[in-house]
Amino acid sequence: MSVDPGYYLALAGLMFTIGVVGALVRKNAIVIFMFIELMLNAVNLAFVTFSRMHGNVDGQVLVFFVLVVAAAEVVVGLAIITLIFRYRASANVDEAHLLRR
Amino acid sequence: MNIEMVVFGVMFVVALGSSIAMLFAPNAVHTALFLVAAQIALALAFLLQGAFFVAVIQIIVYAGAIMVLFLFVIMLLGVDREEALIDPLPGQRSMAVGLGALLAVEIAYVSWKGATLVSGIEDGGAALTALNRDPGNVESIAHALFSRYLLPFEATSVLLVVAIVGVMVLARRLGDAPGDIASPEPVESAEPA
Repeated sequence: MSVDPGYYLALAGLMFTIGVVGALVRKNAIVIFMFIELMLNAVNLAFVTFSRMHGNVDGQVLVFFVLVVAAAEVVVGLAIITLIFRYRASANVDEAHLLRR
Repeated sequence: MNIEMVVFGVMFVVALGSSIAMLFAPNAVHTALFLVAAQIALALAFLLQGAFFVAVIQIIVYAGAIMVLFLFVIMLLGVDREEALIDPLPGQRSMAVGLGALLAVEIAYVSWKGATLVSGIEDGGAALTALNRDPGNVESIAHALFSRYLLPFEATSVLLVVAIVGVMVLARRLGDAPGDIASPEPVESAEPA
């Protein structure tokens, strides 16, 4: 492991920023969800890098928990998107601005 | 110039390039495929840092299961049309890019500051390599998971059950009477789609 951990942290920060910008810019609900996944992945990279910096596996255990939460979140979120699509025939977030059907 | 530098460079370019390509891909399927590329590159980054178990579940769970679920929903909804180019909120995109740049500067500043603050623990790579060699990577993770992190681990099982029940409630077609599983034809009159 000769590459400095700072480079990995820089990559994680850049990918997190791209995820934030993408979630703000894009309009399709599924695509916004993918950018949220990108942010979670960037955080996972930061966790693994911290685990390597400290020389123990606690960061990798946290990545495991992030994975579980991400899986649960994706399942529920995609079900909600499917439900919205069934009522509005569109996955555009700008059209889903009413709480009623 | 050793081989690890080369692998790191390739990984860095692929991860960052496919993340940026996600921003500009107009099609949802293309965005999903670029995300898969970024995730596989990140799995390579995990391998480079000695996180073997995490690298494997990154590919199996993220690039495999979760992205297949994404593609499945994209195909189910048929989101093939272009995204609307008109901005209902004027100036949202430029503002998003500006705020993103601000966030990047903030993250860079905080990590640079943090690196100088905790300079005593710069690199525990040797300790992690020893840990990977003697009990093994999976063994050390299992030991931490089932001793110190046992309560959070049990909590995730509750979380998964809640998610499964919630999805089953959400995906049920409204209009069916509850407990009406064996009805010959579902009521679909109230649905435009």
